[in-house]
Amino acid sequence: MSTDTRPAAPAPVQPRGPVRVERRLPRLAPLGLYLAGVALGAGLSALTGSSLSSTVVYGVVLGTLAVFLASRLVEGRRKATDRLVTCLVTTAFGVAMVPLVSLVWTVLDNGLARFDATFFSNSMFRVVGEGGGAYHAILGTLVITALATVISVPIGLMTAIYLVEYATGRLKRAITFFVDVMTGIPSIVAGLFAFALFTLLFGNDVRLGVMGAVALSVLMIPVVVRSCEEVLKLVPNELREASFALGVPKWRTIVKVVLPTAIAGLGTGVTLAVARVVGETAPLLVTVGLITGTNLDPFDGRMATLPVFAYYQLTQPGTDTQAFLDRAWTAALVLIILVMALNVVARLISRFLAPKTGH
Amino acid sequence: MAKRIEVSDLDIYYGDFKAVEGVNVAIEPRSITALIGPSGCGKSTFLRSLNRMHEVIPGARVEGKVVMDGQDLYGADVDPVNVRRQIGMVFQRPNPFPTMSIYENVLAGNRLNSKRMKKAEADDVVERSLRGANLWNEVKDRLDRPGSGLSGGQQQRLCIARAIAVEPDVLLMDEPCSALDPISTLAIEDLMTELKDRFTIVIVTHNMQQAARVSESTGFFNLNGVGQPGRLIEFNPTEKIFSNPDEKATEDYISGRFG
Repeated sequence: MSTDTRPAAPAPVQPRGPVRVERRLPRLAPLGLYLAGVALGAGLSALTGSSLSSTVVYGVVLGTLAVFLASRLVEGRRKATDRLVTCLVTTAFGVAMVPLVSLVWTVLDNGLARFDATFFSNSMFRVVGEGGGAYHAILGTLVITALATVISVPIGLMTAIYLVEYATGRLKRAITFFVDVMTGIPSIVAGLFAFALFTLLFGNDVRLGVMGAVALSVLMIPVVVRSCEEVLKLVPNELREASFALGVPKWRTIVKVVLPTAIAGLGTGVTLAVARVVGETAPLLVTVGLITGTNLDPFDGRMATLPVFAYYQLTQPGTDTQAFLDRAWTAALVLIILVMALNVVARLISRFLAPKTGH
Repeated sequence: MAKRIEVSDLDIYYGDFKAVEGVNVAIEPRSITALIGPSGCGKSTFLRSLNRMHEVIPGARVEGKVVMDGQDLYGADVDPVNVRRQIGMVFQRPNPFPTMSIYENVLAGNRLNSKRMKKAEADDVVERSLRGANLWNEVKDRLDRPGSGLSGGQQQRLCIARAIAVEPDVLLMDEPCSALDPISTLAIEDLMTELKDRFTIVIVTHNMQQAARVSESTGFFNLNGVGQPGRLIEFNPTEKIFSNPDEKATEDYISGRFG
């Protein structure tokens, strides 16, 4: 046990057993020292002309120094290094959180103004000022994303199955390489691809919801392939061999053993791929366009989608500018909520579909 | 049901690497044949070549003949899937299907092949197989629970039940007890002794006492050095192998003098 609770312990501490015992800072001391350092930093920054950024920078540096030096003097070098790295990692985490918190805060702050029933029940049909909503855009986004999923999941999943279960050698490497390349395609290029394809097929000035779905599929397929591939690789080879040894053909083994075992991961991967494309703006801008009324038929003319809706509300406000800005913010808020909901769904899928372990 | 397997001049390759060379052996029906030898000598590879599981590994191939009751298992018109339906296999690590219940695991061989079965018939197969694997009494009240919730020894017996549920002619066992405690090992050895009335059993084992206890015939595999193919050094009745082997290498291995 620690000896530092004994009164007037002689320094250096004498170990009583075979294990060396070192002095420790009291439990809350590092936090107190850090806060003291931060306070000192704030004071220093006040002296040199106060600003928020200088206060934070001075505070973090001095707080870290205070903890490090105190620990170095009392606890020794190894513990001091530990505390220093803890401070650095925590700071890095804080820095990483700043944009996220700031973004969510700003969107909530501005978006809640129009987060009302009208926004979810009305379209922009014959609305030029206040009121109106994104009913048509929300449904349009859902329709187009669903269509993109219907296109992407079979192609992506089958590609992943091919890569994991069948492909060997050069062809496998080539497919993997091109899937990686596809992952990096800028979204506007995907949009232009769909635009060019449909212009070739149907002539000029064609705008269809399905064009947007095709453009989104180009972005979605590589994500589906990669995530499904990783999940299928995790299925133990022993299960495949067990199935083969029972005289089950390979395709049945894949359909009835491999896929059910991996279903949770596959569901998660697909959901995250959907979340990845649901907020894409550029490809929808050039392929689907925008209308003010509700069109739910992806094979007939322009449709409204949330990202494009937000974009046009922001860039082409009418006379009542504030009403347009409010709608843009709320559309952004709804998109963020959609993405969050999809992530929650992904977690639920992986929890409820995972193979049970019994007991 | 049990069938005789004759192997002649079998060479087994992984890509360009020759792993096993020139095996000639006759495996008798209704008996237990044990394969022993040091690690990496090709026992498991040989075992897997008997039901064409070897070729599942990319680049793996076989030259020579494996004949079961007059039919060459490597003949051009023989589908490996059909070979595996006749020759079942139990692996070193228990591998029940994690998505299936105990009941479904036992029926996996039938269900995965979409064989239609009446409920009563299926129940009958499950009970018969689980009784055959000495597991019925332990699991009869929880057949709908996941197979992965059983203990290691029970899981291995579940895998044996799964293998015998499809009524194969031959049962191959690749170190089935190496991950099990002595009590589970004893249960499985008893089980093998019961099963040999109905099946031809080939077992790979590192445990020479086990080979001596359960088998009628024993084959000793060895290799001359690293990177060289394994060979079947000696194949004789178990009693002879463990008391008066023909080959010095066998005697050295059994008495612990090798390397």
